[in-house]
Formats: sequence, C-alpha cells, structure tokens
Amino acid sequence: MEITTGWYLVLGAMLFVIGGTGLLIRRNPLVMLMCVELMLNGVNLSFVAFARQLDDIGGQTVVFFVLVVAAAEVVVGLGLVVAILRRQPGTTADDLSALKG
Amino acid sequence: MVDTVVFIVAAAICLTGALGVILARNPVHSALMLVMTLFGIAVQFVAQEAHFLAAVQVIVYAGAIVVLFLFVIMLLGVDRAQNLELSVLPIQKWAAIVFAAGSLTILALLVVVVKEPVTGAEAMGGSATGEENVRLLARSLFSDYVYAFELTSLLLVIAVIGAVVLARKPKNLSDIVVEEGSEA
Amino acid sequence: MVELVWLIPALPLLGFVLLLLVGHRIGEPRAGWIATIAAGASFLATFVVFIGLLGRDGHSGGRSYELILFDWLPAGSLKVEAGFLVDPLSITMALFVTGVGALIHLYSIGYMHGDPKYSKFFLYLNLFLFSMLMLVFGNNLVVTFLGWEGVGACSYFLISFWHQRESAATAGKKAFVTNRVGDWGFMIATFAIWSALGTVTYTEISNSPAMSAATGTAVSLLLFVAAAGKSAQLPLYVWLPDAMEGPTPVSAMVHAATMVTSGVYLLVRMNNVLTEDALLVIAVVGGATALFAALCAVAQHDIKKVLAYSTVSQLGYMFLAIGSGAYVAAIFHVITHAFFKALLFLGSGSVIHGMHDEQDMRKMGALRAAMPITAGTFIVGWLAIAGVPPFAGFWSKDEILLAAWEQKNIGPLLWFVGLVTALLTAYYMSRQVILVFFGQQKWEEEVHPHESPWTMTTPLCVLAGAAMVGGAINLPLVKDWLVLEHFLEPIFHHPHHFSSGTTTKIVLAVISVAAGLIGISIAILSWLTRRISTERLEPEFLENAMYVDATYARIVGGTGTSSFQKTADFDSAVVDGSVNGLGRLIMKLGRLIQPTQSGYMRNYATGVAVGALAIVAVLAWGLFL
Repeated sequence: MEITTGWYLVLGAMLFVIGGTGLLIRRNPLVMLMCVELMLNGVNLSFVAFARQLDDIGGQTVVFFVLVVAAAEVVVGLGLVVAILRRQPGTTADDLSALKG
Repeated sequence: MVDTVVFIVAAAICLTGALGVILARNPVHSALMLVMTLFGIAVQFVAQEAHFLAAVQVIVYAGAIVVLFLFVIMLLGVDRAQNLELSVLPIQKWAAIVFAAGSLTILALLVVVVKEPVTGAEAMGGSATGEENVRLLARSLFSDYVYAFELTSLLLVIAVIGAVVLARKPKNLSDIVVEEGSEA
Repeated sequence: MVELVWLIPALPLLGFVLLLLVGHRIGEPRAGWIATIAAGASFLATFVVFIGLLGRDGHSGGRSYELILFDWLPAGSLKVEAGFLVDPLSITMALFVTGVGALIHLYSIGYMHGDPKYSKFFLYLNLFLFSMLMLVFGNNLVVTFLGWEGVGACSYFLISFWHQRESAATAGKKAFVTNRVGDWGFMIATFAIWSALGTVTYTEISNSPAMSAATGTAVSLLLFVAAAGKSAQLPLYVWLPDAMEGPTPVSAMVHAATMVTSGVYLLVRMNNVLTEDALLVIAVVGGATALFAALCAVAQHDIKKVLAYSTVSQLGYMFLAIGSGAYVAAIFHVITHAFFKALLFLGSGSVIHGMHDEQDMRKMGALRAAMPITAGTFIVGWLAIAGVPPFAGFWSKDEILLAAWEQKNIGPLLWFVGLVTALLTAYYMSRQVILVFFGQQKWEEEVHPHESPWTMTTPLCVLAGAAMVGGAINLPLVKDWLVLEHFLEPIFHHPHHFSSGTTTKIVLAVISVAAGLIGISIAILSWLTRRISTERLEPEFLENAMYVDATYARIVGGTGTSSFQKTADFDSAVVDGSVNGLGRLIMKLGRLIQPTQSGYMRNYATGVAVGALAIVAVLAWGLFL
C-alpha cells in the first residue's frame, strides 16, 4: 500500500489536535508550552509532506524557520515562566487572571 | 512494504508520545514523552527525504529545547506530581471535547474527500530532488529566503536578550509586589 | 461732493465714541452740546451731499452714486460690501432724519436737565442717529440690516433709560422682543432674495428680472413682517404705546420721526420686488391698523399715549399708500408726519416738563396762558395732523386717500376706512388740545406750570414752520409743483400715475376736509362747550386698547408657556434621554459581555481554537457539498 501525502497529513492533523486539546485542559504552564510544541510539530510534518509532493524546497525552508522561531519562543516563554514561578511557586495558568475584565 | 512499516511504527511512536504529553501527571514525564514524539517526527522526516531537517530536529528540538524545559522544571521544583483534575473551569472540558472532535472530523474529512490536496500552483523554492538535500536547502535559504533568514537571526538575538531581562533577579525590594512570606 | 456721504454717519459715530470715553467727565450741558453739534454737522453734511446730488443729471441715471468702503462679507458668490448708496430716496430720508434729529438733540439739552445719566442719554441718541443713517444709506440689505438692528437696540436702551422703573424695563424688553419677530422676517426675506436673485445689493435688485409670483409674494410678505415689527402695524404694534415709558425726546425721535419709518423705507426701497397680491395685503393691513389705532386713541388719558396710537395710525396710512402703489405719497407722508408728529411729541414734552412730570390730561387744562409758545406750536401741529389745508398734513394725507380710492381691488372701501380714520384723528387730536390747553383748569395753583427754556422752544418753532409749509414739496395741482415726485422718479421702475380726473381729486379733497372739520366740531361740542355728553365717548374697551395686550399675555402666558414647557420637557426627556439612554444601553451590553473577559488564559485559548475551527468549517463547507 503506498504511503501517499494524505497519510502524513492525517498524522500531522492528529498531532495538532492532541496538542490543542492538551493546551485547553492542562493548567501547568510548562506542560502547556510543551503542547504548543506538539502542535508546531504536527504542522512541520504537513509542510514536509507537501514539499515532497510538490517538489518544492520551499516547504522545507519554512520548517527550518518554524524551528528557529519555536526555539526563540520557548526561550522567552520559559523566561516568563521562571519569572512568574519564582515569585509564587505552584502557580497555575488559572491563577494568572490579572487581566480579568 | 518497508515504507509502510516504517510509517506505521513511527506514527505509533508519535501518537503515544503526544498522548503521554497531555496525560502525564508529572511534568518530567511529559517532557520525556515529548522527546519520544520528536524522535518519531524525525523518522518521518527521513522517510520523506528531508535529511537535514531530521538532523536539525533531533539536535535543536530534542537536544536543546526539551533540555531547556527540563532545566526549568528542575530549577523551579515543579517536578512533584500534580493533581491532574482536568479542569477547574468546567467549560474547558466541554470546549476541549468540542475542539478535539470537531477538528478531527474536519481534518479527516478534508483529507479523505479532497482527492488532490494541492492547487497546482508553481513551485517557488526550486526542486526538492536532484541534488543533495542540504545543498538544495542551503541554496534556497540564502537566495530566495535570505531576508527571512536575517530576520530570524535578529529574532534569536532579541529572544536571548529578552530572556536575560526577564529572568534576572530584581534589584530593589520595592520592585516586588508580593505578599509576606513569599520570597523572590 | 457726493463722495462725502461717509461723513454723514461718521459724525454721530464720532459723537458717540467721544461721549463714551469722556462723557461722564464732561457732564451737562457740554455733553449735550457735543451730541447736538455732531447731529447738526451731520445735517450740514447731508445738505452738502444733497447739493452734490442735485448737480447730477437725474434722467440718465446719474443720480445714483455708490461709495464702497470695503468688501465686508466675501463668501463664494455672495458679495456684501460695506457701501453707501446716495440716491434721491436715501438723501430724502437722510435730510429729515438728520434735520429733525438735530432739533431733537437740541431739545433734549433742556429736557434732560438734571438727570443723573445725562451724558449717557446723548451717547445713545448719537448711536441711534448713526444706526439710522447706516440703515438709510446702506447699499445692500445687509448694511441696512446692520442699521435696522442698531436702531432696535438703541430703541431698547432708550425706552428703558429710566430702568429703575419696572414698567420702563418691561417696555424695553417688549419692544425688543416684538421687533425681533420683524427681524426674523427681514432675515428670511434676505435669504430668499439672495437665493432667487443671486444678489442683495439694491442697484442689482432693481435691475433684476421678476421672481416667480409665489416667491415674490412670499418675499414681499416677509419684508412686510419686518416692516410691521419696526413700524408698529397690526399685530406687532403692541410695543409702541408701551414705549412711551422712555423720555419724551426719545418718543419724538425714535418712535415718531425716524425708526418707525424705516419699515416704510424698506418697502419703498424694495418696490421692484413687491407683487400685486402682497401689495393688497399691505394695503388692507395698513388701513386696518390706521382705523384700529385711531379708535384706541379716542379714549386715552395719557398725553403721550394718544400720540403713540396716533403714530401707529399714521403709519397705517403710509402702508395703505404703499399698498395702493403710491410710494411717493408714502414718502411724502413720512416727511410731513416727521415734522408734525415730532412737533406734537416735543410739545407734549414741554407740557410735561412745565407741569412737573404730570402726564394725565385729566389734570391739565387752560395751559395756553402759562405756556404760549408751546400752545401755539402745538396748535399748528394739531391742524397739520387733522388735515386742515394749507398745513402739511392735508396734502400728504389727501394724496394717500386719492391713491386708496384708485386701488384696483377694493379702492373705495380703503378710501372710506381712511376717511373715517381722518375723522377720528381730527376728533381725538382736538380732544387732546382742548383738554390740555383750553377748558377749565384742573390743576392746583402750587403746580406753577411755566414755559420751557429756549433750547426746547426753538425746535418747536422750527418744526411748526416746517409743518406749516412742508406741503409745498409736493403740491398736486400743477405738474411742475410735484417736486418730490419728480425727485424720486429714478427710484421706481413703474412710476405711479394718478388716473382720476381733476374733478374727482377736488371732490375727494373737499370730502376729506369736511371729515376733518366734522371731527373737530364733535370734539369742541363735547369737550369744550359740553353740548354733547362725554360719558359714552371714552368707553373702557377702547381705553384698554381693545384688550389686545391682555389677549397676547393670556395666549403667550397660558398656552404659549405650556407649549414652551412641553418643548423643553420633550428636549430633556426624549432628546437627552435618547442620547443618555444610548450610553446606558451600551454600558449594559458591555456588562453582558463582561464574563468573557475572565482573565483565564485557557479560556482565551479556547476562544481562539474554537473560532479557528469554525472558520475552517465554513471555508471547507464548499468542498463537502
């Protein structure tokens, strides 16, 4: 049975959905960031699949950039988490509700 | 034949890891599950002949980012098991179910129903085959996407500066708006 | 010499500014002399300009000179200049305005002697003269309106000059508010003329083609509303009797000789615009006002109130003339009326002054021995207004009655109304003369009435002379003697010609003289010789001026005030309420949405996720179908 692009797309989709669901149900900020990484990986997989199907190196270039930006984002995000959790250990995402309108 | 097996095994690894990330109680376990997913993804990359990306994925993602996660977890001491109790906000449970079910349905339908998932537009970045993957990627990166490349390097510098500023200890005690007993 | 026209209003303005700055320090009587010299110099300047105008040829349009000072309101296609128009009409008005005005300034020096606000009085008088001259000399409707408003304001200042008296202050307010209704008419008419003809300058309006009948009639009626306000016609006359609260020189100047004639001036100036239908309305209202006011004058006890109603009545005559198309007759009557009415008012002021501020005629009587000059001049004025030839009033009134007779639609009816009014005029004026100067003395000896000083009697004599011979400017019998008519000819595009034969003219003249004599006889028989009982000759109905004022007060105070209150309530409840209610509604909506801003990051993430899902579903819908 041939592995067409669609298979990879389904896998990527499932990874994305699992990551999104985790983002919505977990309260620990670090775990939430990990779920974001999951979603990004799902998307990366789709890009690479399309790059192969369309014979376009641009898909892989985009993945490269996603990787870089994900790294930067994790750096900053973790810096924030450190700054917050240092003050009050045991904080969850629900406690950070200062923007309540 | 080999391709199919490779795919199924790698997919299994990815999915198990993903589910582990969101379901594990201990954040350290979540991080380790994430590593598993990342390896699975790397295998998929290799199967699609994106060798450079697979290598970068392992080195950067699994090797640096997840390590960073573990550093922070250990530093802050949140490695103790936490009560998962999925959600204090009841609406979130339902929202999550709606999102999961809805997305899966739509995405699956899209993949199944649409026979040709591509529009047939012209390739922008040049061929993905022919030469070695690294060479092709490098050529594309430094010619077509050179501006984006420079900007992302700038972004990395900014991110580093930002992280340093965020994470250092405050100089004056008045900077801290904190209750008694909690120490910065 | 015609270029010196700017001097004419400038001199009283200079007087005003001088008195404003140093009047208080100069004190009496020098402040009065400054004002009088300014007015007199203005009259001399007018005379010089008049000579200059005469030097020009009237038939080729040379007798119309415009002096433009500057562009006042340049706004798109609207061209309003600060300009003066010297032509026969404006110079005629200016001559008697400055002449009579200067005489009244002189009179006031004696009359206002001892008043604490002496210099302020002359300040206002000069300002009034300036405004009136701007009104008369303006070369477009807007400059005239400047003068129009100016005289209205000065009238208000002067009526409530003794403002400590509540009745004076109220009278001033009443005058101002009633005038304002007229001003509204003026403004709307100006706007309409500009939109229909594209100009507001008089020379251009006279040369414009006619407007549509409807627009023309509307504009004419609006102009008449303005004139009715300023010249006290029905129903806007109510301020004039109350305006007698002001000092007598004010009544003479503002409310007899000058300001009240500005309505007549306006209509004559705009004669090219007035339509037939509007003219009929004007004639009817003028005639009705004349009769109504004459009836009211019959039963008044205050010496000035009789003259006030008399002024309203004579103004009615002028509008009757305009409505019949005889503009020259109207202007002629304006001039003669200025002479004899100012004379009568100044005479009554002299009487009041001599009787130490007594104004009720029932407390006077047999004053001709104590005040001979006043009595003599007053009698001249009486004969003039009663229409006894050869005094001035006869000629102008007769011309008006002739014009009324010839009016196409209801000529004879209008003539009859005018005739009855003439009879009544003769009657009530005779009654006044008898009550004041003849008959029995009804005052105590301690009052010591005395003749007035020379500053007051000189103007009386000059005006008496004018009232005697003033008719000479427009004698009807020989064509060459119609000096005024020939002089004013360039103003009118369609000059009025009397169509009756000489016989008709003479018969009508005889009838009007007879009516006058009958009125005088009735008065003598009732009041002097007591042959006719006087009880029923002063009914209360007429004494209270047919209760018009009371009716107005009830309407405006009753339904008027309640409707005003309702409008105010509507404004605060509906208008304000809807605006505020809108605000409150938005706040309520905001509070409804407030729970979405829970502050919880996961909720926001949910929003993003579910929203993105929805969008994708919508976009993918097409693919599934």
